[in-house]
Amino acid sequence: MSRLAAFLMGEFGMKDIIKLEHVRKEYDDGFVALKNINLKIESGKFYSLLGPSGSGKTTILRIIAGFSEPTKGKVFFDGQDITHLDASKRQINTVFQNYALFPHMNVFENVAFGLQLKKKDKQEIKMAVKEALHMVQLDGYASREISELSGGQQQRVAIARALVNEPQVLLLDESLSALDKRLRKDMQFELREIQKKLGITFIFVTHDQEEALAMSDEIFVLNEGKIQQSGSPVDIYDEPVNDFVARFIGDSNILTGRMIKDYEVEFGNHRFECADAGIKPGEKVEVVLRPEDLDIVDIKDGKLRVHVESQLFLGDHFEIKAKDSDENEWLIHSTNSTEIGKEIGLFFDPEDIHVMRFGESEAEFDRRLEAYEGDEDQEDEEK
Amino acid sequence: MKKSRMIFVIPYVVWLILFVIAPIVLITINAFSDGHGFSLNNFRQFFVDGTFLRMTLNSFWYAFLITLFTLLVSYPVAYILSQLKNQQFWLLLIILPTWINLLLKAYAFIGIFGQHGLVNKFLDLFGIGPKNILFTNFAFIFVAAYIEIPFMILPIYNAIADIDPAVIQAARDLGANKWQTFIKVLWPLSKSGVEAGVQAVFIPSLSLFMLTRLIGGNRVITLGTAIEEYFMTTMNWPMGSTIGVILIFLMVVVMLITTSSDSHHRKKRIEL
Repeated sequence: MSRLAAFLMGEFGMKDIIKLEHVRKEYDDGFVALKNINLKIESGKFYSLLGPSGSGKTTILRIIAGFSEPTKGKVFFDGQDITHLDASKRQINTVFQNYALFPHMNVFENVAFGLQLKKKDKQEIKMAVKEALHMVQLDGYASREISELSGGQQQRVAIARALVNEPQVLLLDESLSALDKRLRKDMQFELREIQKKLGITFIFVTHDQEEALAMSDEIFVLNEGKIQQSGSPVDIYDEPVNDFVARFIGDSNILTGRMIKDYEVEFGNHRFECADAGIKPGEKVEVVLRPEDLDIVDIKDGKLRVHVESQLFLGDHFEIKAKDSDENEWLIHSTNSTEIGKEIGLFFDPEDIHVMRFGESEAEFDRRLEAYEGDEDQEDEEK
Repeated sequence: MKKSRMIFVIPYVVWLILFVIAPIVLITINAFSDGHGFSLNNFRQFFVDGTFLRMTLNSFWYAFLITLFTLLVSYPVAYILSQLKNQQFWLLLIILPTWINLLLKAYAFIGIFGQHGLVNKFLDLFGIGPKNILFTNFAFIFVAAYIEIPFMILPIYNAIADIDPAVIQAARDLGANKWQTFIKVLWPLSKSGVEAGVQAVFIPSLSLFMLTRLIGGNRVITLGTAIEEYFMTTMNWPMGSTIGVILIFLMVVVMLITTSSDSHHRKKRIEL
C-alpha cells in the first residue's frame, strides 16, 4: 500500500476502529468459546458476525462491548488497548437481543438515559431524543410506556436509545430475531439506511445467513470459536473456503472428488474443467456447486445427466431434486419447471465449480489463491 | 358443580370466622366498654394519658429501627445471592433458621449475650471485663433483626431475580457507573420486593412482646408488651382491647401506605 493510500485511509475513516488480537475466551467450566480470534473492524462499515449458536459470535460481541473479558489476547479501540476498560467507559453502544429497555421508564426516559448521565443540557437532551425518535420513525411516542409498545416499536426504541449517544460503534445482538419475517425485512432495510446515513460502524450478530448477506459490507463466518472465513457477502457466497461455510451460507451441492491436475477436477465419474489450482494432483477434495448455478438443458448439451426426483414451486423459483447414476443428490434452483421422472442434462461453467481442500483454513486458502493468481499473471505476460 | 366445590372452602371459612373475625369483633366490643356498657373512656385515656402515646411512638421507633437494620443487611445479601451459582443452596441456608422455634432462638441469644456468655468470654480475651449486653436496646434490635432477616431477603431476592440481567448491562452500556446503575435501574426495579419485605418486617415488629421481655428485659415497652400486661397481669381487658384495636388500625394504615405505590408498579409489570 502506498503512503498516500495509507494517509487517505486514515483521514477518511477507513481506519481500524476495533481490533482483536489473539483473543481466547475460556469459561470457568472449561468450555472454550473463542480460540485465537484475530479481527479488524474498519470504521464506517456494516459488519456481521455470522454463525450457529455456540459458535462464539455473541462472546465476541460481549468482549467488544466490555461485558466480558478475554482469557487471553487484547482488544483495541482506535489504537488504544481497552481490554480491561469498563463497559460504561467505552464509546460503544449495544442493541440487546430482547431490547433490554428499562420497564419503569417511558420511551423518552429510556432514550434520554445515556445523555442524562452525561449531564447534558435539558433542552439539548430533548432535541437529541426527538431527533433519535424521528430517525427510527417513532415521532410522537415519547410519553408512551414501554409496556404499551409492540415488539417492533420496542426494537426501534432500543436502537434510538443506543444511537442518541452518538457511539463510534453500534453493536446489535441478534436484534431482529424476535420480530416476524415481514417486520424483520423492513428493519434490515432501515438499519442499513441508518448506518449509511450516520456513517458509524455497525457490528451485527446473527445466525441468519440471509440477513447477513443482505445487510453487510463484510461478514465474519464463525464456527466452534474460530473465524472460518471473512469477506464481502459475494466473496463468501461464491468462494467458500470450507464445507462448513459452503453448507452454512446458502444451499449447496457438496460432493467429494479428486484433483486431476491444475484446472481439472474429477467428481461423479466425470472430469471437469475448473478454475482452481495449487492442489496436488490426485488429492481428495470437496466440490461445491450452488443450486442456482446449475442450468437444466437437453441431455446431449449437459455436462451431467440426472434423473428428476421431486419438484417444489417456491414462488420465485422451482426447487428440483435429482439423482445422477452414482446416486449423488443434486439440488437445482431453476426458473423453469421440469417433470418428475424425466432425465435431464445439467450444465455449469468451470468457474461455478468451487474446489475445497479438506481442513484448509482461510489463511491457507488465501495463500494458495494468491499463488496461482500470480501464476496466471505471469502466463498472461508470457503471452 | 359450583356448589359442590364450595364444600372445600368451608373449613377455611370456619377458621376465618372463629379465629380472625370473631376475635376482632370481641376485642372491638371490649374496647368500647368499661365493664358495664358502651363507653369511650378507654380511648380517651389512651389519647389523653401520655404513657400510651409514648408507647405507640416507642413501638414505631423500634419497628422502624428493626426494619432499617434488617433492610441494610438484607438488600446486599439478596443482590449477591442473585449473582451466585448455587442460589438454591444459599437460599436454603437463609431459610433454615426460620424453621427453628422463635423461643428457642431467643433463649440461645440469652446464652450468647449473658454475663458468662460467648461474647463476654471473647471480650475477656482482650481484657475487657464482662459487659452488660443482654437487656439493652442493642440486644433487642440485634436479635429482632436476626429473626426477621429471612423475611426481608426472600421478597427482595425474588424481585431482583426477576430483573433481566441485560437491563443492568444496558445501563452500564449507556455509561452508568455502578452507583448510578443501582439508583436508576436496580433499586426502582426491585422496589416491589423491598416494599413487600418492609411490610413483612415492620408490621409484626410493631407488636413484638416476647423478645422485649426476654432480650430487652422489659426496658423496652411497646404496644405489644402493654397488651400482654393488661390482659395477663392487671386483667384490664377493655384497656388491652383498646390498645389492640388501635394497633390493628395502625397496621392497616401502614399496609395502605406501603401498597399504594406497589400496586402501581405491579400494573406496569404485568402488562409487559
